[in-house]
Amino acid sequence: MAGSAYFPGVAIRNPDFAGTPHHAALVRITHWINTLSFFGLLISGIAILLAHPRLYWGETGNVGTPSLLNLPLPFILTGQTGWGRSLHFLSAWVCVLNGLLYVISGLITQHFRKDHAYNVVQRLTYIAVVAILFPIMIWTGLAMSPAITSVFPALVTSLGGQQSARTIHFFVADFLVLFLIVHITMVSLAGFTTHVRAMIIGGKDRP
Amino acid sequence: MSKLLSRRGLITTGLATAAGASGLAVAARLADRYGLIPPDHGGVYGVGETLTYTAQRLLMANHSLAREFDRSQITKSVPIDGNPPAKENYRRLLAGGFADWRLQVDGLVARPALFSLAELKSFPSRTQITHQACEEGWSFIAEWIGVPLAYVLNRAGILPQARYVAYFAFDDSWDSVDMPEALHPQTLLAYGMNGQELPAGHGAPLRMKVPRQLGYKNVKFLARITVTDSLKNIRNGLGSVSPDYGYSWYAGI
Repeated sequence: MAGSAYFPGVAIRNPDFAGTPHHAALVRITHWINTLSFFGLLISGIAILLAHPRLYWGETGNVGTPSLLNLPLPFILTGQTGWGRSLHFLSAWVCVLNGLLYVISGLITQHFRKDHAYNVVQRLTYIAVVAILFPIMIWTGLAMSPAITSVFPALVTSLGGQQSARTIHFFVADFLVLFLIVHITMVSLAGFTTHVRAMIIGGKDRP
Repeated sequence: MSKLLSRRGLITTGLATAAGASGLAVAARLADRYGLIPPDHGGVYGVGETLTYTAQRLLMANHSLAREFDRSQITKSVPIDGNPPAKENYRRLLAGGFADWRLQVDGLVARPALFSLAELKSFPSRTQITHQACEEGWSFIAEWIGVPLAYVLNRAGILPQARYVAYFAFDDSWDSVDMPEALHPQTLLAYGMNGQELPAGHGAPLRMKVPRQLGYKNVKFLARITVTDSLKNIRNGLGSVSPDYGYSWYAGI
C-alpha cells in the first residue's frame, strides 16, 4: 500500500505505523483553515459566476459582444453576488494569509524537503497546486481589480485583458476543484477515518 | 513548580493579550485617522472590507491612474443597465434638454452652489477612455468627457474637515467616495460618452465616473453632491445604497 495514497497528507511515512502519517500542529491548523477558506471561495465564486455565466477573452465582454464560452447555467440576479463578493474577498484574505503562514513555516522547518514519502506524481501535483495554481488564482484575481491594476497594470495587460483574467480564474478554479476531488478520493481509498484523524490530532509520533 | 509555571503563564498570557488588544486599538485609531477604515467595517465581512480598503489605500498612496485605452478599443455594444428615473421631475428635465437642471453642491464647502449643465461644460474638461466592470462580471470600454470632480469641489471651496463626498441621483441611488478618490484626476462628472451627449440610458445629464472602482460607484442621473466629515448621518450611515443590497462601499476590489 505504501506510496499509493495521494498527497498531501496521506502518504505513508513508515510501514511500521500502519499508514498513519504524522502532521505537525501548524500543518494541521493551516490545512483546516485552508479547507474552510477554499469552500468559502468556491461557494461564493459560484454565486458570483451565476450573475453572468459567460466567459470572454480580451479586455471587455458583455451580452452584446462575442463570448468565448457560454456556460450551460442560468443568469441568476437575485443579489447573491452581494454576500458572494463579501464572502469571496474575506475568504481570499484568509486563504492568502494562511497560505503565507504555511509556506513560510514550511520553508523554515524544511517541511517541504523532509516529505520524501511521496512519489514523483504526488510531489509534482503538490508543487503544481501550491506553486502554480494558487499563485495564478491570486494573480488573475488581482488582475480583475481596477484599483490594483492602476498600480500594477502589467498584472492584467500580460494576460490580454480583464476578461481574460476572469476566464483564466474560472478554469484554474476548475483544476483546483478537480484536485480536491482526487485528493478526497485518494484519502478515502487510503483510509478516510485514519487520515482525517491524523490531520486533526496529528497521528502517531515519528519513530 | 507547575503552579508557578501556570501562574507565570497566566500573567504572560494576560499581559500579551492586553498588549495585543491595546496595540490593535491604537492601530485602529491610527488607521481611522489616516482614512483607512471603510464605513461598512462592521460584522464578519467588514474584516475583509477593511483589509482590502486599508491595503489598497496604502498601495495607491501615489494616486495611481486607472488604465486608459485607445479609441479602437471602445466597446461597440454597451448594455444599458436599469432604466432612467420614472419620476415626473426627471422626465420634465429630460424633455427640456436639461436646460433647467442644476447640480447642487453643498455640505462642507465655503460656497455652496448650483451649477447648470452649460456651466459645467464651460469648465476645463477631461476626456478619458476607460474600462468599466460591473460586479456581475461583464464590462465595456468607453470614452467619457466631463469636468473633474476636484475642479467643481475646489470651485465651491472644500473645507479642511472634509473626508467624504456623497453623491445622489434622481432615483434612490446614492454613493460616496473618500477624498483621495474624489480629488483623483480621473474622477469625473461626465456629461458626454463616445463623442456624444450622455444618453439617458447611461445617466443623462451627468454621471459620476470613478474608473478605479466597479461600475456601481459610477452613479447616473446626478442631482446633488455633498461634502461631509462623516457618513454616519447620511441615510443608512454606510456611505452608499450598495450595503443595503449586500455590496461593499469600497469597490476597488
